[in-house]
Amino acid sequence: MDNLLAARFTMGLSLAFHIIFACIGMTMPFLMVVSHWMYLKRKDETYLRLTKTWSKGVAIFFAIGAVSGTALSFELGLLWPGFMKHAGAIIGMPFSWEGTAFFIEAICLGLFLYGWNKLNPYVHWAAGLMVGVSGVLSGVFVITANAWMNSPAGFDWVNGQAINIDPWKAMFNDAWISQSSHMIIGAFEATAFAVAGLHAILLLKRKNNLLHKRAMIIALAIGSVAAVLQPLSGDFSAKDVAKRQPIKLAAMEGQFETEKGAGLTIGGIPNEEKRITEYGIKIPKALSFLAYGNFEAEVKGLNDFPKEEWPPVATTHIAFQIMVASGTFLAAAGILFWILWLKKKEWLLHRKFLILAAVSAPLGFIALEAGWMVTEVGRQPWIIYKILTTAESVTPVPGQVFHLLIFIISYLILSFVAVWLMRRQIKALDENITEEQLKTAE
Amino acid sequence: MLYVVIIFLLASVYLYCLLGGADFGAGIIELFTRGKNKKLTRAVITKAIAPIWEANHMWLIITIVILFNAFPAIYAQISITLYIPLILLLVGIILRGTAFTFRHYDAIKDNSQEVYSRIFAVSSFIVSFFLGMLIGAVVSGKMMMHPTGFWESYLNPWLNLFSISTGLFITTIFAFTASVFLIGDNSDEILMPELIRKSKINSLIMVTAGAFVFLASIIEGIGFDRSFISNPFSLTFIALATIALPLLWKAIETRKIWQARIIAGAQLLFIISAFYSVYFPKIVIFKDAESLTLFNSAAPAVTINLLAWALLIGSLLIFPALFYLLRVFKRKENNDPL
Repeated sequence: MDNLLAARFTMGLSLAFHIIFACIGMTMPFLMVVSHWMYLKRKDETYLRLTKTWSKGVAIFFAIGAVSGTALSFELGLLWPGFMKHAGAIIGMPFSWEGTAFFIEAICLGLFLYGWNKLNPYVHWAAGLMVGVSGVLSGVFVITANAWMNSPAGFDWVNGQAINIDPWKAMFNDAWISQSSHMIIGAFEATAFAVAGLHAILLLKRKNNLLHKRAMIIALAIGSVAAVLQPLSGDFSAKDVAKRQPIKLAAMEGQFETEKGAGLTIGGIPNEEKRITEYGIKIPKALSFLAYGNFEAEVKGLNDFPKEEWPPVATTHIAFQIMVASGTFLAAAGILFWILWLKKKEWLLHRKFLILAAVSAPLGFIALEAGWMVTEVGRQPWIIYKILTTAESVTPVPGQVFHLLIFIISYLILSFVAVWLMRRQIKALDENITEEQLKTAE
Repeated sequence: MLYVVIIFLLASVYLYCLLGGADFGAGIIELFTRGKNKKLTRAVITKAIAPIWEANHMWLIITIVILFNAFPAIYAQISITLYIPLILLLVGIILRGTAFTFRHYDAIKDNSQEVYSRIFAVSSFIVSFFLGMLIGAVVSGKMMMHPTGFWESYLNPWLNLFSISTGLFITTIFAFTASVFLIGDNSDEILMPELIRKSKINSLIMVTAGAFVFLASIIEGIGFDRSFISNPFSLTFIALATIALPLLWKAIETRKIWQARIIAGAQLLFIISAFYSVYFPKIVIFKDAESLTLFNSAAPAVTINLLAWALLIGSLLIFPALFYLLRVFKRKENNDPL
């Protein structure tokens, strides 16, 4: 495997891995805080147990997120020194704020996890809330840096050097709002549906268990709001991409021809040789409307750009389709949840709804990973869009494939252990519940 | 404003070595504890570092962020030349943090506890060693701007006697500060004499390892030894560190926990200052080119100014929160188990 490809795989793997834990680490505290609040208000022991159970999950996931994030902060330089020597001075500022937010998050997590009986109950609760708030803030700061790679700003590029640097302009680049809002909403959606799904699976086994019931409702209430907001945010993002990175949009949509009144291709496999997307379903004029709000607008196709500037079209298109499909499914599930909540509450515990929730569990994370593939693969061959390529930035150190292998093995083991630990948490919880269920049975 | 950034950079390195280092040191102590005390030691370590290790770890993140934001040329150069030890360091960091958390949070306490403990202890040692090795490597003068071949480019800069000696030295420093810190966290009377004995032994091992750094410098012809002896700052700092040692022992004997902790922290500050006084403001010393210093590799003034403000404002948020965290979990009456 050549060095560039290996380095890209390593970066992709590290990001894909870190994202899962980072998202859980930043959004799970909000679920926990809701349950904790219910306990403080109602003094209902089930909420206390739920809060403690979730907080153990947060502790485990946060630790993995923190160390894999540390790895990433090094890997930016290890894999892409040619990028970091230019980018550091321009886009380092959001990272310095991210460092602060992350620090506060770690401190508050320590206070929350170990502060039971040591802190005033409301100070303790607020510490939990601050874990989530600073987590989301650090997420936003990191995304602004990524948005800058898609939408470079705040410098002039002269003879391969960045001059007239303006870190404020770099941070508040054109893509920062659309990208960070899409990501943060996505994080809530993915985490909440995963949690709801997990508790739904447990409810299928142990009907009417109060803890799992409450857990699922809290998670779905948060997840469904995110799931309904996400398509709106997605539309905002897509319009933004159409304006800033027309070639990425063309790859996302598998659009080869430049057309007025372009149709939207659903599914299909782009064929770069033949320059067509095969086997897809076309909805006439829909793409022009979605991208520009006008059925007759012109959508630029890939053929308008030199082939060496094309991202891998099939990967980008298929990842985009997966993201949209998963997101649509979850939005529908979210709407259904609210309908049932308002009209037929008892159906929320019906076997069919629980199965639906269980099926939804992985979809948010699938959408999240697919979405990142669209962003990152769709920007290729550039690392800083239209400024610097990944090939120019990659490390000269040979044998990148070994780095890749070490991280594949490490992350596989960690994923395996994380799943195994969750199963053991549930097992321990189950054993506790059988006794307590007798007491709190409805 | 560049000086503000430099102070924050050096302070972050120091705080990481002090606080993060003590957490690594705890793992190293666990690694070398045998027999009946093992369980007790483990319990003290868990209680001492579980609530704070993630916050302590953040000083590394802050260090890296300052480095790539304010001194991108240094960050890029280190990332290339010291690629291999950095990867090993990362794997160690990942294993150490996760194994420690898993040990604490695994809902079922069975044989797997031994596996987590083993990984935690061994990787604590590895991370400390490579961290020290990296510090030695950047100033060893074995790095080259225009190297030829794999050995010169990626191995020799860190795979030399001097870097190995700094690696060992840092490891012993971490173990030493941890042993002093743990005395304050321990409430078990059986373990106490053992911990006190350890802290004394560790201080002697640390001094020996320090001497080994000089020896390695002479053998390798690095010139650290000569520069050190002729540098008034280094000599002053090392004299202070030496004076601090009997004071520390006295504080430990009389169980003045906070006094002992503060002296140990000061001692670490003196040792690091003595070492870096030789090199300031150089960070990367090349064999075949000008050194990269904190001045010649600094980012443009606008970046430095914004970073300095971010650090100043950030520290207004971080330090009170950190102080509160340590106050909650490190006060004397806080002796109930988690």
